[in-house]
Amino acid sequence: MDNVMLARMIFGSSIAFHIIFATLGVGITLMILIAEIMRVIRKDEDYGTLAKRWTKGVAILLGVAIPSGTIVAVMLSLLWPGFMEIVGQVIALPFQVEIFAFFLEALFLSIYIYAADRLSPVMRIVSVFFVALGATASAVLITNAHAWMNTPRGFDMVDGQVINVNPIAAVFNPSFFVTSLHVVGSAYMTGAFILAAVAAFKLFRGGLTDREISYHRKGLTLSLAIALIMSVYTLNNGHDTAIMLHEHIPVKLAAAEGLFETQSNAPLAIMGTPDPEAGRVIGGIEIPGMLSWLATGTTDGVVQGLNDYPRDEWPPLFVHTLFNVMVGIGSALLGLASIFWVIWFIRRKKQKPYPKWLLSGIIASGPLAMVGIETGWIFSCTGRQPWTIYGVQRTGEAATNSGNLGMLFVLFISLYVVLLVLTALVMHFYFNRNPVSNELHTI
Amino acid sequence: MQDVYIAIIILWVFLFMYAIAGSIDFGAGFWAMYYRRRTDTKAASIANRYLSPSWEVTNVFLVLLVVALVSFFPGAASTLGTLMIVPFCLVLFLLTIRSAFMVYSYSVQKYTNMLIMISGITGLLIPALLISILPAAIGGFVEIVGDRQYILVDQLFKSPTFYTHLGFGLSTELFLSSLLLSDYAKEANSEETYHVYRRNAIILGPITLSFAVGAIFTLIPEAFWMFENIANEWLWFTLSLLAFSIGYSSLWWPSKKFEVGRPRIAVLLIALQFGLASFAYGSAHMPYFLYPDVTIYDAFTNEVMFRSLLIGYGIGMAILIPVFIWFWRLFMKDKRYLRQEGSPH
Ligand code: HDD
Ligand code: HEM
Ligand code: HEM
Repeated sequence: MDNVMLARMIFGSSIAFHIIFATLGVGITLMILIAEIMRVIRKDEDYGTLAKRWTKGVAILLGVAIPSGTIVAVMLSLLWPGFMEIVGQVIALPFQVEIFAFFLEALFLSIYIYAADRLSPVMRIVSVFFVALGATASAVLITNAHAWMNTPRGFDMVDGQVINVNPIAAVFNPSFFVTSLHVVGSAYMTGAFILAAVAAFKLFRGGLTDREISYHRKGLTLSLAIALIMSVYTLNNGHDTAIMLHEHIPVKLAAAEGLFETQSNAPLAIMGTPDPEAGRVIGGIEIPGMLSWLATGTTDGVVQGLNDYPRDEWPPLFVHTLFNVMVGIGSALLGLASIFWVIWFIRRKKQKPYPKWLLSGIIASGPLAMVGIETGWIFSCTGRQPWTIYGVQRTGEAATNSGNLGMLFVLFISLYVVLLVLTALVMHFYFNRNPVSNELHTI
Repeated sequence: MQDVYIAIIILWVFLFMYAIAGSIDFGAGFWAMYYRRRTDTKAASIANRYLSPSWEVTNVFLVLLVVALVSFFPGAASTLGTLMIVPFCLVLFLLTIRSAFMVYSYSVQKYTNMLIMISGITGLLIPALLISILPAAIGGFVEIVGDRQYILVDQLFKSPTFYTHLGFGLSTELFLSSLLLSDYAKEANSEETYHVYRRNAIILGPITLSFAVGAIFTLIPEAFWMFENIANEWLWFTLSLLAFSIGYSSLWWPSKKFEVGRPRIAVLLIALQFGLASFAYGSAHMPYFLYPDVTIYDAFTNEVMFRSLLIGYGIGMAILIPVFIWFWRLFMKDKRYLRQEGSPH
């Protein structure tokens, strides 16, 4: 296997590992903040208990997010030295500012965890607010670099030299706002669905006292309220992201939708396999005119197809599937959250348990949201191929030429597998050893 | 002053901060392992209590250092990254295991013993790997074949300067961490622990000093250019020696609490000594990042980026320093945290 391929595999798997913990770090800290606020508003200690237990979970997750993030940050220079040479000259600012976001988060998290008993309720909210702010800011800032890779601005490349650098123009590149809003929205959505899944699992398994049921119901409704809001938001904003692709990186949109011919009244293809020989998607469902309508606002709008581009600038065509999975999950989860609230509304007067089928759907929603995150990211990074910096630098030019990558790949993959298993075990032991019944105050 | 010198000084400041914070952090891990079976002192638990809230912050300093290198000197980052890919990856690997177990063991008691071993062993291996970059960067150990560069690992392992650098790195780590922990034990009012760490510091001081001298003299056969430069920096080295002597002697100064020794003064002066010496070592290294191929001038970023980074660091520091002070007060000074019994939870 060649070096570039190995470098992509090492980097892709490392960052796919980091994103699991990082997304939860962003999503769940928001939920903790909301729970702390609810506790003050409702004067209900159960929300404090929720915040406390979620914090415990986040502390464990961040224990993996931080070193795995350190891995990817250093790996950027190790595996993609050609890329980082340009980054250092053009888009160093978000990386730099991100450090301050990390400091903010790490300091306030230590304060919130280790000094909670010495803080007043208001200072508690203030510290957890800064934790959430730090986590969200780090997501926005790293996405800034990612957005710049898609729509690079703020420099000129002449004979392999970077000139006319304008760091501000690089930061405010055209896809920055829409992409970072999508990343943050989907991270909040995922955090909320994961916590909803945990509560649903407890209610599904049964064997709880009334006190515990009422506690888990609070967790469930609070999480699903945020989940619903964020799903609506993510779907809407995902649409804007697609429009951004239409305007700035049409070849990526064409690969996502499996569209070969440039045309007006372009159809939206759902699932199926894009076939370059046939020039269309085989085995999918086609909705005529829908893609044109989504991308341009009218069915007459012209959408560019892959055939407008030389073959060696096409991304791998399987990104169509990744894109469909992300969108499918987004739509399904929005549906699920809406059904929950309809049922909740119908039954709000009676204290009847939620139906088992609904709870099992919610249990599935957490992992599904995470799959949405992973497929979305891999779509975005692989859909940029063969470019690392779109239109400027190809992946082959960015990669290291050092040997030894095969050995490192094995080393890191085994590390990630072991950590996934251990983290799951630690969570399991901890929450089993410290059941919530020990912490609930009797009324 | 030229911009490129401002940049290299900022980079040195970050390196210095990480070296201090990292030494103490990794050293505390080692001591917690070393004293794990001793029931007569609280040496292990004091070391652990220091580690709990601090390792995340120490880790950010590492990231800060890497990001500063990439953004100020993109050219150097790419060469170093290519050459050092294996040692860096090993550091990342060990660091990840260490941090993960740190968190696991807070949550599940049965991992505590494993953590203590892991953080003790990685507490020696990680600094050793990091310090081995220094002798590799002075030249003579890099071979260029076509457009690829290789480290001559066997030659590096055969050279005495590699081992003196290694010995210097490890003894400094243990020396600094003993000093800080003796100060920490004093704050926590634990007299017997204070004496344990004070004794360690007394033993390690002269060892550190001899390795430092050894590291400089073993440079003669490998990198005479650097030895010559070092000779020109004699003023800095003298000052550093002075700081060492005063700092070391303060371990015997009379004090109100526990009769003898002023560890706070010792920590500050030894840190100062370390700063002076590393500054001198760094200046002797100039203008090379990697002798003889990469100089700071080739590797420097452009002016516009440099200015925006400066502004960025200024604003960031202004916001963070107050938070740091609050943090320090909560964990290093607050008696309620320091004196609690048992585990930090
Ligand atoms: C739970 C997660 C999740 C869900 C439900 C969705 N997305 Fe998404 N999407 C992401 C999580 C995500 C992401 C992981 O956050 C990505 C990867 C890179 C990025 O910018 O955000 C992303 C990228 C991404 C991109 C590519 C941006 C780029 O390459 O620059 C587009 C066009 C969309 N999304 C569109 C949508 C649409 C139309 C959705 C719903 C109907 C949708 N996303 C739901
Ligand atoms: C968009 C995807 C990403 C999100 C949402 C994200 C979010 C996070 C979060 C929440 C943390 C924990 C921060 C803390 O507690 O200090 C973290 C850690 C980290 N991430 Fe990511 N990250 C993403 C991608 C990346 C990438 C691509 C890099 C590489 C440049 C990176 C580098 C880091 C580093 C270096 C840390 C450790 C910081 C520390 O030492 O505290 N992240 N990330
Ligand atoms: C956090 C979620 C992310 C995931 C799961 C992810 C996934 C991937 C994958 C699978 C690849 C290999 C692509 C291929 O060769 O087909 C890749 C490449 C890459 N990604 Fe991402 N990525 C993420 C976020 C980011 C961010 C935020 C950045 C910005 C700093 C980034 C920078 C890169 C770079 C530099 C490469 C290598 C060059 C290239 O293949 O173009 N990634 N990523």
